[in-house]
Amino acid sequence: MNNKKLSIVLFSGDFDKAIAAFTIASGAAAVNYEVNLFFTFWGLNVIKKYKGRNPAGKGFLARTFNFLMGGFKNLPLSRLNFAGISPKLMTGLMKKRNVATLKELVDAAIQLNINLYACEMSINILGLKKEDFIPEVKEILGVAKFLNISEGGEILFI
Amino acid sequence: MKTVRLDITKDHCPMTFVKTKLELEKLQKGDILEVILKEGEPLENVPKTVTEQGNKVIDIKKIQDDIHMVIIEKG
Repeated sequence: MNNKKLSIVLFSGDFDKAIAAFTIASGAAAVNYEVNLFFTFWGLNVIKKYKGRNPAGKGFLARTFNFLMGGFKNLPLSRLNFAGISPKLMTGLMKKRNVATLKELVDAAIQLNINLYACEMSINILGLKKEDFIPEVKEILGVAKFLNISEGGEILFI
Repeated sequence: MKTVRLDITKDHCPMTFVKTKLELEKLQKGDILEVILKEGEPLENVPKTVTEQGNKVIDIKKIQDDIHMVIIEKG
């Protein structure tokens, strides 16, 4: 019907920034945009298969790093995080106000067939593999391929 | 042909039109979707976005003070 396209680079692993990314992404997909989400470095925490802290990866340093970075359940609020309490309070508040939670936004994005991609370079640093991410991740790719995919559309960096 | 009802009066952006889109995807051409929604953002955006996507808004009825029913035929 149209060929509007939005590509978002999610560099941040902050809870609130992930909400922003998935809100724009699912909203755009719902109005028939082709949406590409490209996760890099901290952003990878959002799409790791293990939702909590897990020493995934290859090598002691990478495993320690992955454990400390955590997963979906450990995403911090970018301000006023209070040792991880705030994202939980915020999710409670969102439910109370009937605003979609991060989990609901991610589920909606997947149902709307948003393309999820992970950055080859940062995955390499962290010693991770495609299997360490949720199965909906379509491909692991580099900048050249990302530019190719996003060509002719809008690009956001979060 | 069937008629399905979707209540998004409690939802906010972007879930109002996300839910509408997902519900429409489940239907066949010619089926009817009745969306119950609130005034403001949902009433402005839902009819507009479904029309852009090739569906037809048959009617918009006011059913309560600030609650409306948008009747959509899937295109």
